[in-house]
Amino acid sequence: MSDYILETQGLGKAFGGFMAVKDVALKVRPNTVHALIGPNGAGKTTVFNLLTKFMPPTSGHIYFKGKEITQMTPVQVARLGLVRSFQISAVFSGLTVFENLRVALARPLGLSFKFWRSLDSLKSTDARANELIEAVGLTEFRDTRAADLAYGRKRALELATTLALDPELVLLDEPMAGLGQEDIAGISKLIQALKADRTVIMVEHNLSVVADLSDTITVLQRGEILAEGDYASVSSDKRVIEAYLGGDYE
Amino acid sequence: MNQANLSTPVANPRRGSLQRTLLTVALILLACLAPTVLYPTFLMKGLCFALFAMAFNLLIGYVGLLSFGHAAFFGAAAYIVGHALKVWGLPVELALVIATLSSAFLGTIVGWLAIRRQGIYFAMITLALSQVVYFVALQAPQTGGEDGLQAIPRGYLFGLFDLSDSMVLYYVVLAIFLACFFMMQRIVSSPFGEVLRAIRDNEPRAVSLGYQVDHYKLLAFTLSAGLSGLAGALKAIVFQIASLSDVHWHASGEVVLMTLLGGIGTAMGPVVGAFTYAALQNYLAPFGSWVFIIQGVVFVLCVLVFRDGIVGLLGRIRNRIGFN
Ligand SMILES: Nc1ncnc2c1ncn2[C@@H]1O[C@H](COP(=O)(O)OP(=O)(O)O)[C@@H](O)[C@H]1O
Ligand SMILES: [Mg+2]
Repeated sequence: MSDYILETQGLGKAFGGFMAVKDVALKVRPNTVHALIGPNGAGKTTVFNLLTKFMPPTSGHIYFKGKEITQMTPVQVARLGLVRSFQISAVFSGLTVFENLRVALARPLGLSFKFWRSLDSLKSTDARANELIEAVGLTEFRDTRAADLAYGRKRALELATTLALDPELVLLDEPMAGLGQEDIAGISKLIQALKADRTVIMVEHNLSVVADLSDTITVLQRGEILAEGDYASVSSDKRVIEAYLGGDYE
Repeated sequence: MNQANLSTPVANPRRGSLQRTLLTVALILLACLAPTVLYPTFLMKGLCFALFAMAFNLLIGYVGLLSFGHAAFFGAAAYIVGHALKVWGLPVELALVIATLSSAFLGTIVGWLAIRRQGIYFAMITLALSQVVYFVALQAPQTGGEDGLQAIPRGYLFGLFDLSDSMVLYYVVLAIFLACFFMMQRIVSSPFGEVLRAIRDNEPRAVSLGYQVDHYKLLAFTLSAGLSGLAGALKAIVFQIASLSDVHWHASGEVVLMTLLGGIGTAMGPVVGAFTYAALQNYLAPFGSWVFIIQGVVFVLCVLVFRDGIVGLLGRIRNRIGFN
């Protein structure tokens, strides 16, 4: 077994003739926060899509906990414990906060094809749902429809739903995008707490968040790894500074 | 569970559900008394349409799938029930079961081919496959071609109830309709129904939570096709005829119209839409081919003025009154 919970070799993705991701070798240690940063269009979201199998890679291999997952489906990797969030907040907008969590918690119960059962059959998930709702500070919005939540609260709900699956590896795509200072502090604390028993890979533009939270940073540029290391080494790397000041960072 | 759709919290959920129970009982009583005032045949037509629209609403309202081929399931079951009663001479309850299961099975095949596609592609595949069914109905020797199957015998339910008596038939149709209505309420408020709504709201997210969304869509499609079949079979027994118009794409369009008219994703929407539609058809009959134009105008007005259908409109009016 390797020391890494997630490892990729020569990962690549071409859209037509355009290589969005090229020869990416990621190595993620367990119980760390690993940040993926880089200018817009660098290929960060595409890497997430490849890791969670939402897109098939053009080349390369992906290993999760030492096991090759390159050929698996999105559902299979999700069930293995590799769960993602989305760049655009992904909640079930017609469902209440509580129902959003219940959907996430219900799957392992194996009741979700039983169209003749009442929702009371999912009662055993109530306590955990309420706990998660409280953990992200949404208790007073428990019965509010997700569509009616403010953006920051949708983000919090999405995080709670992701955690409901008890994933070993959490992929967060720009968790702070569109959030105010206050929400950022709250979500930061949550992510920090995750490290105790999970691993986090996070795409994030907010560099102070990255500096605070991450143990390792991988910088992507035009689909390739430009630099890797902790914040101090990456932020003093000449090529990184150039990439960020070079104008294609917004 | 539609309470969840109101953005204002319901102060006392128990009072809400008591109100709902009273309303349900009142509506059932009304339905029982209705044939003393209105023609039973008209009412039965409305109930068959309502069942059809309800089945269709399971897909459009709770999974977000717009099928444009539901006439295939409605019409195929009409032919099958007709054939089973007229040619095989089966008891009516058995004929109904066979027709319903056949449509459900047909739905599994059509669904399996269609659910991988989204939006307009899904609608187009369901339309194309329903045209195949139409073609079979046109060509097969058993369906009677342009004439259809006529003079289908109604028979006796459980060998006891003489269905040739329209009043008896009405109560049988009403009982079946109510059973399906409550079953539908259970489906949409079951663990399965909750997953369906999740898929409707955000399919990639449902996948990322580990749900095999295609399986859920397929089961929903099969249930919807089966209930559409039951509606078509009942209609064939009521009118004692199964014809090409039941499998024609017009019928697929009609059910879309009824459901939108009443309000998608609601319990009562399809019922209200279906009866409104049946009434329009009846009262507009003297206008001949103008019917289509008038229906079209009504439809456009509905979409423009109240997008959430008649039921949505009533709900908003009630809310406004409630708050003043
Ligand atoms: N589905 C797709 N089809 C074609 N090109 C894509 C697709 N997804 C992403 N791209 C392209 O790949 C590049 C990387 O995109 P993305 O991974 O979203 O970048 P980032 O998340 O780093 O901003 C961009 O140039 C984008 O236009
Ligand atoms: Mg991105």
